[in-house]
Amino acid sequence: MKINSPLEAYKYLPGTNCGECGEQTCMAFAAHLIDRSMDLTDCTPILEDKFKKKFEELDALLAPEIREVEIGVGDNAVKIGGDDVLYRHKLTFFNQTTYAYDVSDTMDEKELVERVKYIQEFKKFYVGNFLTADMIAVRSSSDDPEKFAAAVKKVMENTDLSLVLCSFNPDVLKAGLEVSKDRNPLLYAANKDNWKEVADLAMNYDVPVTLFAPNDLDMLKSLAKTFAEMGTEKLVLDPGTFPTGKQLKQTFTNFIKVRRAGIDGDRDIAYPIMAVPFTAWMAHDDPVSASYWETVVASVFTIKYGDIMILHSTEPYAMLPELHIRDTIYTDPRKPVTVDPGMYKVGEPTAESPVLVTTNFALTYYTVESDISSNKIDCYLWAIDTEGIGVEAAVAGGQLTAEKIKKGIEESGFDLKKDTTHNTVIIPGLAARLQGDVEDATGASVLVGPADSGRIPGWMEKNWPPENK
Amino acid sequence: MTKKMKLSQLSDMLQDLDVESLEGVTIEGDIELNISGGGGLNPALAYALGHEISQISLHMANIGRMLGFPAEELFASAFGMAEAPQAGQAPTSPMMQELLDSKFEVSKIDNWKSPIQEVTLGATSDDGGSRKSTVTIGGENALPYYFDAEMPHRNYVTMDVFDMPIGMAKAVKVNYEDVISDPAEWAKKVVRDFNADMVTIHLISTDPLINDTSAKEAAKVVEDVLQAVDVPIVIGGSGNPEKDPEVLEKAAEVSEGERVLLASASLNLDYERIAKAAMDYGHNVLSWTQLEINAQKELNRKLMKQCNVPRERIVMDPTTAALGYGLDYAYTNMERIRLAGLMGDDELTFPMSSGTTNAWGAREAWMVSSPLNQDSDWGPREYRGPIWEIVTGLALSLAGNDMFMMMHPTSVQVLKEITQTLYGSIEAEEIDISNWIGAEV
Ligand code: B12
Ligand code: SF4
Repeated sequence: MKINSPLEAYKYLPGTNCGECGEQTCMAFAAHLIDRSMDLTDCTPILEDKFKKKFEELDALLAPEIREVEIGVGDNAVKIGGDDVLYRHKLTFFNQTTYAYDVSDTMDEKELVERVKYIQEFKKFYVGNFLTADMIAVRSSSDDPEKFAAAVKKVMENTDLSLVLCSFNPDVLKAGLEVSKDRNPLLYAANKDNWKEVADLAMNYDVPVTLFAPNDLDMLKSLAKTFAEMGTEKLVLDPGTFPTGKQLKQTFTNFIKVRRAGIDGDRDIAYPIMAVPFTAWMAHDDPVSASYWETVVASVFTIKYGDIMILHSTEPYAMLPELHIRDTIYTDPRKPVTVDPGMYKVGEPTAESPVLVTTNFALTYYTVESDISSNKIDCYLWAIDTEGIGVEAAVAGGQLTAEKIKKGIEESGFDLKKDTTHNTVIIPGLAARLQGDVEDATGASVLVGPADSGRIPGWMEKNWPPENK
Repeated sequence: MTKKMKLSQLSDMLQDLDVESLEGVTIEGDIELNISGGGGLNPALAYALGHEISQISLHMANIGRMLGFPAEELFASAFGMAEAPQAGQAPTSPMMQELLDSKFEVSKIDNWKSPIQEVTLGATSDDGGSRKSTVTIGGENALPYYFDAEMPHRNYVTMDVFDMPIGMAKAVKVNYEDVISDPAEWAKKVVRDFNADMVTIHLISTDPLINDTSAKEAAKVVEDVLQAVDVPIVIGGSGNPEKDPEVLEKAAEVSEGERVLLASASLNLDYERIAKAAMDYGHNVLSWTQLEINAQKELNRKLMKQCNVPRERIVMDPTTAALGYGLDYAYTNMERIRLAGLMGDDELTFPMSSGTTNAWGAREAWMVSSPLNQDSDWGPREYRGPIWEIVTGLALSLAGNDMFMMMHPTSVQVLKEITQTLYGSIEAEEIDISNWIGAEV
């Protein structure tokens, strides 16, 4: 983004404060443009013809430093790139790293189909959503166009995930494109030898393409400039991912350099970057070591500027940390992830059911909620408004207090005396010190639950229903 | 001055294309050209003119067609486009025969001007201690492993030893069952078998809510550990703010001259006593705050100004939250601290330490399987735990952390391998990745 204050953006807006964008004023809208929480097209008036010039100018000023590239179509399309900063606290990182797990065209059909399904279905619940894999990379180990086309076809029959087509042989890529052209796959890759043919394919089929120049940033930039000159900016850069030793250190340096140059305004190289932790398998024979090392390399380049990567290990001990580290790096540091404060019913609670209190920090809420619901405990669960802070930090920081708990319960129109038979509230173990205060504030009896919500089921067996009902 | 011109004149003029005469040409709708004088023809103008003229000729051709003349064919043969472009294809772009030459350049960061303080842990007999070797951390002039400046020291790992048997994740416990009741043997084991650079002895049994071991007894354990190993050590209290100052004082006394790291001074206890113990007996202080950059500045300031701790005796622990449990906060907190230090905030120019062991608190690290039935299979926890600790530590190493407190031998080994690879000290056989797609895996 070439501007950094709302004032600079404001100058280009219609200035009528009409409110169509949902904001009270154009200035408020401008602030959202600068923090990238709204799109310029949300201002419908500026789309009118008479503002065309201003729209175009502002649109260009607002464009992220790193180009955004879209791969795939429909619901499974992914966007990569689009970043404006080198450190997440300076704004946030956009478009989380896309993980493509590989299959090869020499796999037998059954194995291939099973693997594709496994990748597609892999999921891990986390703060209200499932963490999942994004893409399938089809590798041509056979170097045979027909085999490749057949494999791509098989993959497409079994998943809607977006695709990377991997071969350095243009004939192979073409065969793959012929069957998958409607899916807007990412081509991998043009290199110093095949670039003319691959460029031809990328242009003719109008698909994004990866440029591969292992440890040669001059060549990488030449390729990018040449492709841009020929008319496509749907480019992804692969500076090579060397898996070990000094070569890996050099790879790290290359990633830092390319991204820094892009953010600093060198448009010729300001594209999303691809990492290929897959190469860890070229350095390790034993699958556990290879998986571990691949996960380590993937973590490094998820943190440092990889926008898309090709991976091999689908072991849960590789995928789980990968999915989590990217979530770590790509959550917006400006706001804690929260749920709406209020009362939630878990299962089908009745007047006999327990009443539990927790915070509206999404990590806390969903952890607790899933621990309860997966154990089939019917209850009322309050997400108290702690401004998105977890239990322990909220108790320490004063966002979780007896008053807040009282207010939270009352505001949802729930009357502990009338709506329950027990007039009892269960608070988190880590909020034990609030027990007396909550009793005083609500007039209910207060039980202190376990410190970890994972132990609620066992705790319930011993402590519920309360004795003096 | 403006001349008017008819279309007939235009063709004459184009015949002996005198570019000078075309400067400042505009074309009006009635196909009259207005030409104003002066200067040469710039390419943009020539292009615009070409565009206008082509528009006119299209217009004329249309009229021609309406009068029954096959204008398309004329155009096609004139421009060698006998075949109509294939339908459905994107407009053909100018394909190039040669790559455009290009040199990649990027500058170094120019506002990383103040180096991080170097801190040495441990003292050899030359310096009044009994360690065989010392560890020095800090000294950086750039973010870790960046090309902007050489990183002077690698990362170091100090492995946890406890003064009593404690609950541990099963994957961790199997490594320590034989030594769990003997801190000295435990310390020996992590150095000898697991390649620990240092040892941390946690005196947790001193907590009044646990065993309430006296400071004096706890100090004996410290002596045993110092006897058992010759690497630098870290001494940790139980975390009880009332008891820790007393425990750490006594521990500092018995390890006089060894330049241990006392863990920790924090804002919620009598940090002055801990700082004083460090000064009196020649040790370093770990300045521990909880994920808050301003609190970290405050405590460092107090240690320096109020307690007179010299800069080369301070290490910071800005708190480690595990992967999936607040690592986003811990990562960014460290990264901001390190950047602020490099840019000259001298309340933050200290090396950092991470309680990476916290990763074992994450359910994903220790639970047998997911508590949720919608989740995919989590696989064997023996493999999940160590990688959780590795990724937690690795992320923080990239944020600027220098020293890691860890537990699992595999985690230590892999974390050392990757941090030293990025540091540049690991030699490995070169691998040709230019045709990785075809690799057999
Ligand atoms: C991440 C974190 C932060 C983040 C908070 C992010 C957020 N949105 O919450 C930030 C950086 C903002 C932060 C700030 C502070 N933190 Co803080 N923080 C942590 C950290 C590292 C992890 C906390 C966490 O997210 N845990 C995961 C969630 C899911 O846990 P949870 O909410 O407690 O929920 C669990 C249980 O409580 C239970 N549970 C939840 N609900 C219910 C309900 C029932 C009925 C039951 C039975 C159980 C139950 O089950 C859940 C799953 O296990 C911990 C240290 C640690 N490793 O635990 C320190 C920690 C919580 N922080 C601490 C402190 C002191 C603070 C600060 C006051 C520090 C400061 N000086 O600035 C501030 C307070 C800020 C504020 N309140 O405004 C201390 C608290 C000490 C104490 N006991 O008083 C801790 C323990 C660190 C420490 N060891 O000193 N912190
Ligand atoms: S829609 Fe556009 S013109 Fe209307 S208030 Fe929003 S920014 Fe201003």
